[in-house]
Amino acid sequence: MTILIKGGDLVDPLKGFTKKQDIILEGGRISRILPSGIFKEVGPEISIIDVSGKLIMPGMIDMHVHLREPGHEYKETIATGSLAGVVGGFTGLACMPNTDPVNDNVSITEFILKQANKAGKLRVYPLAAITKGRKGETLTEFGDLKKAGAVGVTDDGSPVVNSEIMRRALEYAKYHNLAVISHCEDMYLSLGGVMHEGVISTRIGLKGIPSASEEIMVTREISLARLTGCPVHIAHVSTVGSVKAIRRAKEDGLPVTAETAPHYFSLDHTEVLGYNTNAKINPPLRSPEDVLAIKMGLADDVIDVIATDHAPHNRLEKNVEFDKAAFGIIGLETALPLTLALVREGVLTLQAAIKKLTYSPASILGISCGILQEDSIADLAVVDPECEYVFKEEDIMSRSKNSPFIGKKLKGRNLLTIVGGQIVWSRESENIGC
Amino acid sequence: MKNFHHKDLLGMEQLSVKDIQLILDTAESMKEVSQRDIKKVPTLRGKSIINFFHEPSTRTRTSFELAAKRLSADTVSISSSGSSMAKGETLIDTARNLEAMNPDLIVLRHSSSGAPHLIATEISAGIINAGDGTNEHPTQALLDLFTIREKKGKIKGLKVAIIGDIEHSRVARSNIIGLRKMGAEVTVSGPPTMIPVEAESLGVIVINNPTEAIKDKDIIMILRIQLERQSKILFPTIREYSTYFGINKESLKKAKADAIIMHPGPINRGVELASDVADSPFSVILDQVTNGVAVRMALLYLLIGGRSDDID
Repeated sequence: MTILIKGGDLVDPLKGFTKKQDIILEGGRISRILPSGIFKEVGPEISIIDVSGKLIMPGMIDMHVHLREPGHEYKETIATGSLAGVVGGFTGLACMPNTDPVNDNVSITEFILKQANKAGKLRVYPLAAITKGRKGETLTEFGDLKKAGAVGVTDDGSPVVNSEIMRRALEYAKYHNLAVISHCEDMYLSLGGVMHEGVISTRIGLKGIPSASEEIMVTREISLARLTGCPVHIAHVSTVGSVKAIRRAKEDGLPVTAETAPHYFSLDHTEVLGYNTNAKINPPLRSPEDVLAIKMGLADDVIDVIATDHAPHNRLEKNVEFDKAAFGIIGLETALPLTLALVREGVLTLQAAIKKLTYSPASILGISCGILQEDSIADLAVVDPECEYVFKEEDIMSRSKNSPFIGKKLKGRNLLTIVGGQIVWSRESENIGC
Repeated sequence: MKNFHHKDLLGMEQLSVKDIQLILDTAESMKEVSQRDIKKVPTLRGKSIINFFHEPSTRTRTSFELAAKRLSADTVSISSSGSSMAKGETLIDTARNLEAMNPDLIVLRHSSSGAPHLIATEISAGIINAGDGTNEHPTQALLDLFTIREKKGKIKGLKVAIIGDIEHSRVARSNIIGLRKMGAEVTVSGPPTMIPVEAESLGVIVINNPTEAIKDKDIIMILRIQLERQSKILFPTIREYSTYFGINKESLKKAKADAIIMHPGPINRGVELASDVADSPFSVILDQVTNGVAVRMALLYLLIGGRSDDID
């Protein structure tokens, strides 16, 4: 089937412009991109979608998602997570290996891909564990995992504590062209901590997680990148000090990349007041100064990527005493509006913002997605940047509802998601508002 | 009619100066009840109070129980080891089950900060926080304020030093909030390992050396050192703690001549407080315990009682 999407403003994150252009999709690829109105040839075999006044952008790639399957299907499945993804405007999700069993072997990687295929919504890119069982002791079989479809390795949720093992992981992963993603946390410093250590933790008597627990490990990973010359990607950056350290590493020309999550530039630690477990995340929501530093880091490209760290948890795990509650929040359905808020604030241009959700994560993972050009894969999203709405629990498609943004006003919404030239979700056909 | 409009007492944070004054004034009449031969009034007849102690406690639990009984309320006490929570029931489920038996008030002691806040939103009975994790212990602060006012005739303008593990002390946190609201100046003291980050944001002065901190103070409040939990990480040995941070006669010389010594108990004699100081005329530690019953009677009455003339 051929699809003509016309009248929209096409966002090209790679070339850095937004222009009124029509786009034709054929055989799962983008066949033509033309100035608006030129393409006249219509026929019954062409389906026309008029998106005047809306944005056409590459489908977003989330390089940090917990899909929970296998093992924690009561929180999320690959099918429900895929649906939440396409609703949010994502066409590709890289899923973390902290499943049960851990994705540290080919059979789990293959299982994830099989389930993703069955769900049939979007592309799922498995991330495998760096070490067996995520225990930090023995490397997994990077070569076989890569061959089975893994795009990167990480022990996310835990750091690789042993620096020698991390060094060897970086060296060996580079040989196999696998991205290495590091969850930076000094587990001794953060032990027992449940929120950012600062004025709020002092005020409400909760054990703090100091910024230093993240920064110590960020600094270690930078030293290992310097030692080995191998790329390392820093997950969920949340502090002033981490941004500073990564900025310096990049100035030194080291192969270090970094991501942050929308909550780290949208919320601060005051969100925890009242013991709100939907604001309990690791790393924690930090101080307003940290939020500012994250925005600056995004603006000057110290932080390459916006990834959600979508971490579904059942109500049972959140509706408990704060210190007993699970860490993490969902993010697939709020990433786009929260990022567009940065554009309205003037922190990022539209193209730069979209790049951090598309091309940048794709290139770190070595995936040929996240671009809009002739002959590229037809994965895209049509977005209404002006749509204003209150984010409601009943709108959430993820199996879990643990979001601190419920009840908050958001602006900007995905309308239509196309994967491989096929419409996989549209707001219109779901008959729900703008 | 009473002028106290709270369903729960979750922390000092929620109380206005007027609320605190009302509680202290009411506690004065209640104290008189405890001094009678027949220490019982019918004020809370027909009311049920559940003392739900998820953490061990002798003083606070007994104090709440006596307070309720002296007001003729029916009381039940449960502890975590004897409750369904030991069988894996969630706090909210346990609270809802208790709620289903129609109590008027639940007094909760819990090891997690914010636990009373969690159940207060889930059930309609009133909740009194009898100590939650490292957050607050508001009834301790109120009985301390009552004791200070009783001994000094006022609270405003007094200089108070709180010495010990400030970071992990719910007593310190509640007292800081209460004392600041009532116009006292608060200095906190102890080894840097026990002072929370950004402590000044609580409105206090930080002086690590206790001998310095005590200087010119009207009130010296000493906190219990939790030997079982804190040694080796927050300080090297009990011996070293008592040498550098323990309070003895010598260290008290710089305080005001009429300074009083307070301690929420239980005391580790010879660790944070020398025995001769604990037993000296300056010590009001047992008055604190006596006043605890009166203050808790006042709170029970204000939260679930009827008209103010009922106590006569």
